Parts: sequence; structure tokens; C-alpha cells
Amino acid sequence: MRNKIRAGLLAALIFAPAIAISSMGNAQDRAPEAPAPSTPALPPVDEADEKSLKSVADFDAIADQTERSIAIFQETGKVLLHPRCVNCHPAGDRPLQGMDMHLHQPPVRRGDANFGEPGMMCNTCHGPANVPVVAQSENIQSIPGNPNWHLAPIEMAWQGRSLGDICRQIKDEDRNGGKTLAELVDHMANDDLVGWGWHPGKGREPVPGTQKQFGELYKAWAATGAHCPDS
Amino acid sequence: MVTFTLNGTETSFDGDPDTPLLWVIRDAARLTGTKYGCGIAQCGACTVHVDGSTRRSCVTPVSTLEGSSVTTIEGVEGTEAEAVQAAWRAIDVPQCGYCQSGQIMSAISLLQFTPNPSDDDIDGAMAGNICRCATYQRIRQAIHDAAKTMEG
Repeated sequence: MRNKIRAGLLAALIFAPAIAISSMGNAQDRAPEAPAPSTPALPPVDEADEKSLKSVADFDAIADQTERSIAIFQETGKVLLHPRCVNCHPAGDRPLQGMDMHLHQPPVRRGDANFGEPGMMCNTCHGPANVPVVAQSENIQSIPGNPNWHLAPIEMAWQGRSLGDICRQIKDEDRNGGKTLAELVDHMANDDLVGWGWHPGKGREPVPGTQKQFGELYKAWAATGAHCPDS
Repeated sequence: MVTFTLNGTETSFDGDPDTPLLWVIRDAARLTGTKYGCGIAQCGACTVHVDGSTRRSCVTPVSTLEGSSVTTIEGVEGTEAEAVQAAWRAIDVPQCGYCQSGQIMSAISLLQFTPNPSDDDIDGAMAGNICRCATYQRIRQAIHDAAKTMEG
């Protein structure tokens, strides 16, 4: 009896590691070890810099006027490429929402006038001002609003385009609502719906800087020849 | 104090100006056909008409309605409303019914702008009105039926 128990224990000691090794082998087959993380290709992002706008004077050190113009425009790109702006300049017929730029819910569509479709227009939900909502949802703390709330026309789509392409697009009177450069600068500096980006309501990250700074950068960009980056 | 027209009758509200229209309709005016669903304009149960267009009353501060005309399920009338009511009854569209006043207000608005809507038009108008009983096929059918009766 005692010998049988000893033999059993011995067998268990011999086989147990074998089973463990065998199962490890299977586990490796099913889920290969992840490769070591590669070095990030992008330079580290300065978060404080991303949330503010440089002043026009910060570009005085760039002697070449064309290069200065391009650098100023690139600074405004922090605003133009921000989801707060791109979400209403989609490439398709549905607005986007959130910092992850997901499709708008409820599933509204552009419609003929960039204002939704009969029965579900933009102003079915969006009033003349942001409306805080309390204790309904952790993710939705306010419903955004503006008296002029609507989608940018499809020829003004920015989603998926490079900053250089957007620059050429907003200078093109066929794709900017027929605005001259002076009117474009005024639009950026003073338009109330553009200005919503800096006051997007509770629960939404505003675009960097202020509209005043943004307008000053546009004036300086126009004054230096309104040059565009290549990409 | 905010003054507006509610189902054709001049109405004043002197409570908190941030009060959502939904609660003015339900609690102050005691018109309970308009329902609370989500409170964040995601479901459509609270849909009313403001100056002839659909509006989610749960996210509409009453202060924004000075001089406006508000119509609820209790007061909606006209050719489209009659056609929708008859079509809804004819094929028993509602199941539990909770979302249906919102569905009907959206459907009437659609027919007012688009008297003979395609399936795509219906999707465009009705996608923001959610029905937990999934009566969507009957809603679609009833809108088509209502449009046909309006033709005749």
C-alpha cells in the first residue's frame, strides 16, 4: 500500500512538469508573445503647447516672409484640425462627435441645406446656446448650441485632409463660400459659430487659445502673403 | 416670465427659466402625452413642434421660447395629423406605446415637408426616434399609408 502511494507521488512529480511544459507550448502557439514596443515615430507632444496659441510676435524671428506665413498658418492648424472644428466639416454626409470623431448620434444627415432633413433638422436638438444637462449621462454634460448651428457644406470638408490642402481650400473662393481673403480673415476672427469652438459647453475640450489670438494670426498670415504649407 | 403659445393658447411660465420645456408641458400644463425618455436628446420620446418644426423638449430651456408656438401630441391637428392618426390606428402601430407620441410628432412633421416620402426620407426623419419594442416596420408602413390617404 505504502509503495503504491510512493509510486503515485513519483509519477505525479515526473509528469506534472511535463504537463506544464506541454501546456505552455500550446499557450505560446495560440498567443505568441507581443513584440517589444518600437520607438515612437512621432516627436513627443508638448501638451501645454497644444492647448495654447503662439502670438504673432513669436514668429518675428523667421526672417523669410513666406516661411513666416507658412509657420503662422501651421500654428492656426492647432485649431483647424481640432475635432471641435473638423466634426462639423466632415467628408461625408454625417456630422462627427467627440474627441474621437465618431459618427454623430442620433444618426442625423446633412440634407439639402446642410441643416438636416425634414423631421430631424439640426435645430430639432441644437438651440441658440449650449444647454447643460444634469445627471443624465457622464459622457454628455451639455447639448451644444448656437443660433447659426449647421454643418459646413461638403466643398468645405476638412476631415482627412492635410493642413496644406485645407489651406489651399479655404483660400479658394469656389470652396470657401465665395469669401475674399479679407472676408476669410474676418470670418475666422469674428464669426460667432467659429467662436463656439472656444466655448463648446460643459464636457467638451475647447480649441486652443482664443478667437482673438486666432484672428490675429490670420491677419498676419494674410499680410505675409497667405502662403500654404505643402502638406 | 416667459410667454408662448401652447396648443393655440397663450401660456406664461414664471419658474426657473432653465426649466426644460418638457417639464413645463408635463408638470405645469399637465399635458402628459409628451414623454421623458433619456433627457439628452438621444431617444425622441419628448418630441414636440416649435414654430412648425420638430423639437426635443427635454433639452429646450423654456427661456428660449418667448413668442414661440409650441404644439404637443394633444394639440396637433391638420391633414397630416389626421392621416397619421388613422394610419397608426389601422395597423395598430404601437406596442407598449411609450415612444409613440414622439414618433407621431416626427412623422407628422416629415409629411408636412415631404408629402410622399421614400423609405430614405423616412429614415432621415425618424432615425432619432427610438422604439424599444422595435415597431419600426409598422411605423414605416403607417407613414406610407398616411401619405397615400393624403394623395386622395
